[in-house]
Amino acid sequence: MTVNAKAPRTLYDKLWSTHVVRDYDDGSSLIYVDRHLLHEVTTPQSFVALDNGKRTIHRPASNLAVPDHAVPTEHRDQPIADPLARAQTERLTSNTSRYGIKLIDLHDPRQGIVHIVGPEQGFTLPGIFLACGDSHTATHGAFGALAVGIGASECAIVMATQCIRQVRSKTMRIDIVGTPSRFISAKDIALAIIARIGANGASGHAVEYAGPVVEAMDMAARMTLCNMSIECGARAGFIAPDETTFAYLEGRPMAPKGDNWNAAIAYWRTLASDPGATYDRTETIDVSELAPTITWGTSPEEALPVTARTPDPSREQNPARSARQQRALNYMGLTADTALAGIRIERAFIGSCTNGRIEDLRAAASVVRGRTVAAHVRAMVVPGSGLVKRQAEAEGLDDIFRNAGFEWRDAGCSMCVAMNPDRLAPGERCASTSNRNFEGRQGPGGRTHLMSPAMVAAAAVSGCIVDVRAMETA
Amino acid sequence: MQPLTRISSRAVYLPEPNIDTDALFPARYLLLMERKGLGEYLFRDRRFRADGTPIPGFPLDAPDVQGAQIIIGGPGFGCGSSREQAVWALYEYGIRCVLAPDFGDIFANNCAKNGLLASRMPASMIEALGSQAQAGATFDIDLETRQIRAGTIATPLNVADNVRAALLNGWDDTDIILAEDGERIAAFERTHKRQQPWLFEETP
Repeated sequence: MTVNAKAPRTLYDKLWSTHVVRDYDDGSSLIYVDRHLLHEVTTPQSFVALDNGKRTIHRPASNLAVPDHAVPTEHRDQPIADPLARAQTERLTSNTSRYGIKLIDLHDPRQGIVHIVGPEQGFTLPGIFLACGDSHTATHGAFGALAVGIGASECAIVMATQCIRQVRSKTMRIDIVGTPSRFISAKDIALAIIARIGANGASGHAVEYAGPVVEAMDMAARMTLCNMSIECGARAGFIAPDETTFAYLEGRPMAPKGDNWNAAIAYWRTLASDPGATYDRTETIDVSELAPTITWGTSPEEALPVTARTPDPSREQNPARSARQQRALNYMGLTADTALAGIRIERAFIGSCTNGRIEDLRAAASVVRGRTVAAHVRAMVVPGSGLVKRQAEAEGLDDIFRNAGFEWRDAGCSMCVAMNPDRLAPGERCASTSNRNFEGRQGPGGRTHLMSPAMVAAAAVSGCIVDVRAMETA
Repeated sequence: MQPLTRISSRAVYLPEPNIDTDALFPARYLLLMERKGLGEYLFRDRRFRADGTPIPGFPLDAPDVQGAQIIIGGPGFGCGSSREQAVWALYEYGIRCVLAPDFGDIFANNCAKNGLLASRMPASMIEALGSQAQAGATFDIDLETRQIRAGTIATPLNVADNVRAALLNGWDDTDIILAEDGERIAAFERTHKRQQPWLFEETP
């Protein structure tokens, strides 16, 4: 293949080509992995594979581990009550210790969700290829990194070889334009994109988010947007780094320092798509008229403006889609043509790698301030990391939440993944800032409505789904 | 992993779009640290109530497809979580091949690492194969010749060369990379370090 050195290149082309160790005849490539994040749930079998193969870790310092999925979010002063979760968390400690991998353990104030801890520590940097045994790894793409989720077998391959065999993705650019109205967040935009292109709409693609709305976003919003890329099937989602990115990273513990910092900035400024670069697919979404967006069903693509009504499966032409809609309505305990606003909830969850950052907690607190959680609702806030929790407490947000009746927890994946004590009971309906509304995702039989932190806060104090734009904020 | 060459069996048709890996393998069983013994949790909450009694009607449990090694899925099959347990559970249940219009990317990668063939086919072909499956056809899949035969249908498999070779030979990526590419990786690192030295500093 001949490459015209002058041809304009996309950011994806640049990120990809700087990590190719080798191109194979069949079109796949051996890709160099700069950083690997580990957590307790997807790596026990990876270490068994390393043990069985008598492997060594190629570059231990390129790995960082933190327990997040299985850990409880309260009673941290006591041993983990669930013996399986305790064993899994202890296994991460022993595995990382045996192989010389840095671990941020459960009692470290920096502990939290991998996708919040990586950026917070400056482990995540522009221009890198980052892998993690977790599908929400695209979060790190917010920094102009190529970040992909992998399975347990691939985690072992990455640790042993520093490489992964991948097929180049097709490129998609999504331009986000317009002027979002008050309370419209990156979460609303992400859900609107997924509803439009579908849960597998970006399958095989790497998505670059661009345009004035993205440029104006802070890093938290960019991370929320990139985080949800997997929910439209994308292999990766990313944003060109800019001054906002550099300002976020400067001084972070693991970010470059001194001369390295200056050299890094100079390199990172080259990480943008060239004018005239072409993509396999482009989409433009105007968010000026976007209403707060929530899910009604059991796939993230089943999202609608809060002002809408549930769909009527009898009007869907495709039989498989119609059956799917009916099944989703049945599972969710809803009927066709029901107004979303007014649906009663029993639980509210604010947290997760999608919306567990300080900016998310501030947005929720601004709605909660001066109000109380509805009597029939159990609501919880789970900061994304110990450092987010500490910052929130310094700002008095914990008092706002606690005084309103929210539970104020320690950091972890909590009720986003429901493999820890935080989960829904069968039939319970939850307004949630998490990323998946799959059947059983928040606990068997649990019913999840995905929405933004401000919308969850509004639902918690109202006792039902409401349009946060109609609420006066303190 | 075990080499895979030929499959001859009935097929189960699951046309529902976006069957996610939480459905394939519910999160609460991720606390198990084994990769064996997971077959019984496959589609657990679609097949069994909380009290353990079976939920009738799930296609995988139809008496005439017991022992089937092939699933014909809908679009977005295996979307969602990266959990490789979804693949380990399918494999242990006896599934060796999944055909669908498209897959969750990570799921498809995980299949290739575990001796399970995931082949993406046009939606119209999936529907035709689904009809054959429902009519009780025996499917013959030959990875060497890249062919599927089912009833009146004969159609090529869609499988990347490297995945096909790994499946046919039961190869492990780590062995291949370490055997072939050690020098290439070292050379890459020298250049990469010159260009981005900060990536090679010890972090605190």
